[in-house]
Formats: sequence, structure tokens, C-alpha cells
Amino acid sequence: MLDQALKNVSVIGAAGKMGSGISLLLLQEMTRLEIADNPAGKIPDATLNLVDRNQNVLKGLLSYLKPQMVRYAEKNIVALRANLSSRTDLVDNAEIIEEYVNRALLIANPTSNSKDTKDSKLIFEAVFEKLELKEQVLSGLADICSPETLFFTNTSSIPISVVEKAAKLEGRLIGYHFYNPPAVQRLVEVITSPTTPDSFKKLSDEIGKRLNKVLVPANDIAGFIGNGHFIRDGLYGINQMEKLSGELGQDKSVLIINKVTQDFMIRPMGIFQLIDYVGLDVVQMILETMDRYIENETLNSQFIQDMLQAGIFGGQFSDGSQKDGFFQYQKNFPVSVFDLNRKTYVPISESLNSECDKYLGELAPEFLPWKVLSRDRNKDKKMKAYFTTLFQQNSKGAELAKAYLMNSRKISENLVEGGIAESAEDVSKVLSNGFYHLYGPENSLF
Amino acid sequence: MKALRKKVYVAAGYNTMFFGPGRKEFHPKKPMRAFEDYLNETFQGTCDQLVNTDFDEGVFTNFAAMRFIRQGNLPGFLPYLSKSLKGKSCTRVEGACGSGGLGIAAAVKTILSELADSVLVVGGEIQNSMKSVYGADVLSAAGYYKGDRKDGHAYFFPGVFSDRAGTYGSVYDKDLMRQGMAKWYELAVTSSRKNPKSQEHHNSVEDLFGLGMTPPNGKIFMDHLNLFDCSKVSDGASSLVVASEEGLKKLGVELEDAIEISGFASAEGDITEKPADPTVLDITKIAAEKALLMAGITISDLAMLELHDCFSIAALIALETIGFAKKGKGAEFLLEGNTKVSGKIPTNMSGGLCGFGHPVGVSGVRQMVDLLHQLTDKAEQQVAYKNPFGMMVCMGGDDKTVSVFVTRKNQS
Repeated sequence: MLDQALKNVSVIGAAGKMGSGISLLLLQEMTRLEIADNPAGKIPDATLNLVDRNQNVLKGLLSYLKPQMVRYAEKNIVALRANLSSRTDLVDNAEIIEEYVNRALLIANPTSNSKDTKDSKLIFEAVFEKLELKEQVLSGLADICSPETLFFTNTSSIPISVVEKAAKLEGRLIGYHFYNPPAVQRLVEVITSPTTPDSFKKLSDEIGKRLNKVLVPANDIAGFIGNGHFIRDGLYGINQMEKLSGELGQDKSVLIINKVTQDFMIRPMGIFQLIDYVGLDVVQMILETMDRYIENETLNSQFIQDMLQAGIFGGQFSDGSQKDGFFQYQKNFPVSVFDLNRKTYVPISESLNSECDKYLGELAPEFLPWKVLSRDRNKDKKMKAYFTTLFQQNSKGAELAKAYLMNSRKISENLVEGGIAESAEDVSKVLSNGFYHLYGPENSLF
Repeated sequence: MKALRKKVYVAAGYNTMFFGPGRKEFHPKKPMRAFEDYLNETFQGTCDQLVNTDFDEGVFTNFAAMRFIRQGNLPGFLPYLSKSLKGKSCTRVEGACGSGGLGIAAAVKTILSELADSVLVVGGEIQNSMKSVYGADVLSAAGYYKGDRKDGHAYFFPGVFSDRAGTYGSVYDKDLMRQGMAKWYELAVTSSRKNPKSQEHHNSVEDLFGLGMTPPNGKIFMDHLNLFDCSKVSDGASSLVVASEEGLKKLGVELEDAIEISGFASAEGDITEKPADPTVLDITKIAAEKALLMAGITISDLAMLELHDCFSIAALIALETIGFAKKGKGAEFLLEGNTKVSGKIPTNMSGGLCGFGHPVGVSGVRQMVDLLHQLTDKAEQQVAYKNPFGMMVCMGGDDKTVSVFVTRKNQS
């Protein structure tokens, strides 16, 4: 059934940051299937509609997809050769790869006409996360497509049951929250609603496997697991930073909390760099959504709003380089930090760095950076040694890190208690696959 | 086999760095040295050892410049390097990975024919101009393209030698074979660490044997070979001079700085045929026997060896085929340390194809340069030899184009 469904698929918002990655994953799998089923085929059976309102960005999408498809074919050359073994005209790897890419380009249909989706069996929607927009787009598609068409929405925080109801897609919509960039990040949070039939859930599981994703089920509560943890973790970081600001100044406090979260906690990047990566505007949007749907908890940050007011947005350029946010970057490495009071970036000089390091105190002797540990087979043992020492230390850095780690653990416990995550393991899975953490909030390390 | 009708010498050898994955400075997306750059360096290296640099003829050895860098008509690079060769006879020799050995053999024959007293031999190859998935297409031409490429492995030659290892492991002790191959990798890297020009020079892995023991996995690579069993993808060049005694005098080379070719043989197999017994290298056997006979010695007279280890299994089988180890005992021979610098037959002291690198059409020339350095006591990892003989085996394709040389230290 899935193979049949993968004959005609559409991606909506295909040229966007998330849409282009989702398009790539689907195109890879659909082309692979097409070649396996029909090695001799000149005109492919399958169609992947790449729908975006903007014609110009669609051209950009193709120029992104083509080299990516070449790379996929190069990597999967052994399987492709096997699938094309009956084609005596294709001998060299180069010929096999060319065939795959040409076939993919015939399967891909970049279009700004949403009516092209009418025969699609599956639709992946990845438009900007605004309920009204999602409602408008999805209900429009529901009118165009057959009642059997199934929908996946790349939604990171709005409850799926709300979208489903608004778009009149009860039982036909699953939340499929990819992480950025979708072609690289293996995590997909899957959110079903009480109306989702089991057959659809099963299909969604199969697609995840085909796209080589790690699926983690999340309950339909705004923010789900990933943003449920990230947003609260980030708010805590902002809060701690503001507490230090009076004594140390805001710029230094940002740097200090960023160092605590990156170095002392052995994460791939500090919390403020992560907020920059996601985009302050996106964080604000998620905050608003979560605040709107979650009762008994206030989720907002005046600081983020003030930053946005000052024109600081973060996020990335289309080439993946980082825009200015809490930090300014050179080659994705922070080189200056924003001072909101003075509305200016302060260079992260050696003296500023060493002042912060002096304040924080020394890292435990067992410390190894995330980059080193992430490739180490014995990382658990090494992290255990590090955290054991950290929890015996009482430097300012150690105290801040311990409190931060305990807060992260509390967030995780609340996600499980609140039924958003099925288990602490699922929270860990999300943080390791979606955020590249080397350990879960609940662990045996500390 | 008749002895050589006159004395033929090799002198003024030079190897450039062999560049590619493994070197710290290697980055596939950064600009790399050009073909001409390697050629100029090696030629200069050879000339620096000569008083006069007038050559009578030239031989260029290369396998696949036509595809890797779209350059044909390679003899034209010899007068580009040496103005003395303008208007003289220059030849390009191609026998896949056996090109280097075959080129030296051509030069030796030219000296024997008395048409020339000195022949400049230059090997040059660029392979990092394309990703290995496409490079495999190019290199597969060393096999029988029409008959075997389509059904061959995507990476072709690792597949060919993986099949040999598969058969070997089913006939003899498979675990021991794996240990022997791991030992080969360990020795190749250990020797490379002493050779600053080698591709594995920067390899700082502590447990090389353990790495070599990585179980092969057909799903990600080969059924019977792991990545450490394979030689490198390399750019590089080597050069030397083949000369008569008269030629050496003209070039201003002292006899003690040259070595003598005391026996050689090139042997060819039918490229369309599969090996009758994959645990043996038939053509290598023939070439080695002929060369030894011509030199009038046996393998027990040899003090050192240069083997064509395009894959560790090829080296292991070659050791048995030539007679250093009994059939099925090659791994034990290696594990006992017989090929180490202090062993019975020190082998590939500069790292071999697995460690130094394997710019395919250059390797034979590189092997001869290293024998020259050993027998003139200029090697980085010098063997303390008693007997004055060394031997090199250069193989093209799956034991198809094989050249073997027995060389001798000059007694001054």
C-alpha cells in the first residue's frame, strides 16, 4: 500500500527551509522505488509535486535537489547497481548515477499551482507555522484532493487536533515534526489525534522507516516533546542570564550562560547559540503558541520580545550561515555578543572571555568537548567521570551547571508526568536525535 | 634464461609525496597540486643527483591520465621536463597498475638494444581529481571491461580481490587470514610513519592490528575485505634513470650510487580469463621465477622485497606464490614478523601501496626508487642487509601485467 501511495505525493511549501529537506527525502525514496520497480522505464510512473507559491524559489529548489540527489546516488551506488542490473546499457557508476538523477528530475514536478496535487495520495505540508495559514492551505487542499488523501503536517508546536479540526481533516492528518535540516536530522516527532485510524498510524511508521528516521510519538500538547523541552530550557537560560545581569552586565551574562550550557554541560552549542540557530522570531512564535494552548503555565519572555523589537532575529541565511542574534558569527562561531541596553554588539575579546572564565572557575579535569566525546566509543564512561567531579565542585560555573541540569531533568519529568512523552527514554531520544545531546536529562551519569 | 648481455643500472631515483586521503593537508574540496607540478618536482629530484642531464630517450609510465585529467599523448611531457629529449624517441607505457614496472622493463630493453645509453623514466598519476565512486569506473578498465565490469562490484577491484580473499578463506584458515591481513596493515602504517612522503605518515592510531581486524561487512564495503586492506587513492610522481655503464659515466653518476638490474621479466596473462585458482598469482609466479633465473639466484639470496600490495590479500598470496611462505601459511609468515625490517625478508620498507600510497601508473617506478635507496643505504627505514640483492614485483590488474626485477648493490 505504501509503495502505491508513494507514486503520487505532494510537498506544500516545498522551497522553504523544512519543505526542501522533506522534498529531498521523498524524492530520494520515490526515485529509488521507481527504479527498483521499473528499471527499464523511460517515463516514470511516480510524481512528486513540489508546490510553492513562489516560482523563483522553485528554481532554487531544483538547484538544491539535483546535487543532493547526485550525492545520494553516489552513496547508494551498490544498491542502485543491483536495481539496474538488467540495464546492459548502464555499466559505469557514472552512468548509473546519471540515470538515477535524470529519473528523479522527471519525477519532481516543481509547481506553484496547488491543483497539481489532486491525484496525490500523500501530502506533506511545511508552510510557516501559523494556524490561520495552515488552516487555509490544508482546507484548500482537502477540497482539491480525494477524500482518501492523507496529510502530514510539519508542525512544531500547534496542537494537531486544533489544525485537524480547523482544516476539516479529522482522522486524515498526522503531525510529522521534522528537525532542521530534515535531510540530516534523524528525528521526527509524530503526533496523532484521537481520531487518527490505526491504519494511518501504521503507514506513518512505515514512511518513517523508509525515510530512515527515528520516530518518537508525542502527545498532542502544544510544543510536543522537542519544543516542550527546548523552550523551557531556553526560558530558564534567559532567566539565569537576567539574574546575573545586574552584577555582571548583560553581555557578559549571555556569554557566561552560553559557556555553562555548552562547556560545563557538554552540549553541542550553548543555549543562546541554539536560540540564534532556531531564530528568535521562531522561538517567539512557539512561545505564543504554547502559551495560548497550555493552561496553568506562563510561557513568555520579555527579553526575547525586546530583542525582536531591537531588530535582532537570528535564524540562518539560505546557505546555512548564521544571521545575527544573541551573537554575531564568523564561520558559525560567535565573535561578538549583543548588548540590549546599548543596542550594540560587543566583541568577544580575549579579555572578555578570560573574565568570564575566571568568574566561572575551571572545568573539571576530566572535561572533554562535545565534539571529541561525540566520536568516542567510551563517552559514557568519560562523561560519568566528568559529571562525578562536576557535582563535587562548587565553583560558580559548576553551581550554575548543576542547577541547569536539574532544571532540565525537571522539565523532562514534567513532560512525562503530563503525558506529553510516553517515557523519559522518549525525551532522551528526542534530545539526542533532534538536539544532538550526548545524554538524556534523566540518566545514570549524575 | 639468459643473463643480460650487458650491465644495466638504475640511478638518480626520486619520489614526490604521495598525496590523498590520510594526509593531514588533504581536503577533497581544496585545490590540489597539478600534474605538471608533481612531474617538475620529481624530475628536479632526479637531475639534482646528476652532473649532466642529457638523456638519450624517455619513458613515461601512467595508467589513466586520459580519464583522470583528460590528458593523453603523455610522451610529450618528457621533452617538457628535459629539453635534452626534444627531437628524441619518447614512449608512454601503460599496463594499468603494472605501468611503472613495464616502463622500466621497456627502458632496460632499450639500453640492451644499444639504441640508448640513458633512459629517463618518469611515472606520474593524478587520481584525486574525481570521487572514488567515479575513480572506480576508471580503474575498472584494468580488468576486462566488456566481460566483467557490469556484474562487478561498484568499486570493482576491491570486489575482485575480495573474491580472492573469499576463496582463500574457504580453502585455508579464514581467521588466520584475517590476522595476516591485519598484520600487513599494521606493518604498512608502521613503516609509513618513518616515511614523511607517505600517505599514512600522519596515521596515529594506537591499535593498528585491532583496526585491521575489523570484520569485513559486505553491506557497507566488501564481503571479505575491510577498508584497511586496501591501498590508497593517490596523486604522485616518481622518476629514475636506467643507464648502461657508459650512460652512468655520461650523466656523472658514481657506480656506488647506482644499482644493477641483475634479472628481470615481464609476463602477461589473458585479460579475459578469470584466475584458475584464486589462491595463487600465476603470472606473478612466472615472472618471479624468470627474473630470479636470469639473476642466477634463489629467493634465499634476497635481502629485501618490494611487493605490489594493492590489497593486503594480494601481498599475502604473493608471498606464498613466490615461495617465501608455504601455501596457506602466508599469514603465519607475516605474524611471525618475517617481513619486518629485522625479519627474514624485509618488505615494503617505505610503506608499500597500502601505506606509502598507490598512484597507479607510478607504483612500479616508486618501488624501484625505494630499492635503489635501500641498496645505496639512503633509505628512511634502512635494512641492515648482508646479501646484496633486492626484488620488486609490480602487478597490473588481477595478476595480468606483471614485471619483476632483481636488483643488486654495486660493489665499488
